[in-house]
Amino acid sequence: MIPARVIPCLSLVGDSLVKTVKFDNYSYIGDPINTVRIFNELEVDELCFLDIRASVNNTPPNLDLLKQIADECFMPLSYGGGIKDFETAQAIFSAGFEKVVINTAAYRNPRLIPQLAATFGSQAIIGSIDVKKNIWGKYVVYINDGTEKIAKDAVEWAKEMQLMGAGELMITSIDKDGTWTGYDLDITSKLANALDIPVIANGGAGNVAHIGEAVNKGQASAVSVGSMVVYQKKGMGVLVNFPDRKTLERELARK
Amino acid sequence: MITIVDYGMGNLASVQNMFKRIGAACEITGELDKISKAQKILLPGVGAFDAAISRIDSIGLRSLLSQKALQEKVPVLGICLGLQLLTYSSEEGQLPGLGWIPAKVLKFRFETGSKLKVPHMGWNEIHIVHPNKLVENLPEEPRFYFVHSYYAKAEDDKYVIARTNYGHDFDSIITNGDNIFGAQFHPEKSHKFGMKILENFASL
Repeated sequence: MIPARVIPCLSLVGDSLVKTVKFDNYSYIGDPINTVRIFNELEVDELCFLDIRASVNNTPPNLDLLKQIADECFMPLSYGGGIKDFETAQAIFSAGFEKVVINTAAYRNPRLIPQLAATFGSQAIIGSIDVKKNIWGKYVVYINDGTEKIAKDAVEWAKEMQLMGAGELMITSIDKDGTWTGYDLDITSKLANALDIPVIANGGAGNVAHIGEAVNKGQASAVSVGSMVVYQKKGMGVLVNFPDRKTLERELARK
Repeated sequence: MITIVDYGMGNLASVQNMFKRIGAACEITGELDKISKAQKILLPGVGAFDAAISRIDSIGLRSLLSQKALQEKVPVLGICLGLQLLTYSSEEGQLPGLGWIPAKVLKFRFETGSKLKVPHMGWNEIHIVHPNKLVENLPEEPRFYFVHSYYAKAEDDKYVIARTNYGHDFDSIITNGDNIFGAQFHPEKSHKFGMKILENFASL
């Protein structure tokens, strides 16, 4: 087995990095370029950037910023947000990113993922699903930065995306986002068991034990981390950091 | 000057970024007259085997690249799919590879119920089988970023520089024993570890 990837996931709004709580309550984190320089020095496994308002505001990706990011980073990079068509995805690949994250557009334009997979390969496409539990505890799928409910079952929608050609599937719990309370292990393991492609757990990481849980109980192939790598501690100031590799390895090896 | 061959497949900007950081002069080009003057050749590649080979054949690159690699013996490094193209053939496609390194490309096959996912995606180690300038002075505990569903198997041990384990051992760096090299991982995406390999290649 290879160690699960731990992927800092950074939310962009315009040119700024922000962190959200349950997809709301934006806090300013800082300048993306300074932050990626630090993550590059920390030699993180991979970085993910999500322009979280791009779909809602109908804004195209900031390609200049993405190029600057790619110039600073010697690790795999993914980008999501406002990718509606083939040409936009192509421009992101040319900027030096190797993966695109497709969420809203997969629903609006079911031909997009197949088209991208045929040209760039499945490994270049991360299908992304945001879920929130309703009052009966059922998972409801949302698009458009958590603003629009769609009539899809999360597991079935994930399988559809796999069939369309997604090479990875990121599952985000809106309820857990920014809460430091651990991943939603239930939906993570449901997806991991239903899919052949790697599942990336997102939302809720507060410490390395949560990462271990997502991998060992949730059976995630990778985890995405936000708050815990941009804040000193919960409720405290901004501090870009990354868990020590040995500590992570120990946690991931725990069964 | 290192020539990064642009045949329409792969993330070329990343390779160029890393050579820039190292301070090695490089250019991205698909033009035959420029490639004919190359002093070193980097063959990138992401995507399907047959798609890449047909691109290479359709723009008339096969004979030029063979001339450079086999007659002029300029150093060549294939990355990811670029490594696979250096072999005889791949289970992924029907078209013949460049055939410069005696090896074949096979698909990862794991039993159903296996926890190993295909593609092999993530950071993994390499174990050096035969020391080579390309892998000299690597930083401690080197690790590299891999993304692939097919892997190379050399016909003889002597063509293997390093192996990696994913379910079983596979050949992660191969060579013709002279000037031609292939790396299955992405050095351009592997921090200081990959940077060292590209630096070693730049100073061959």
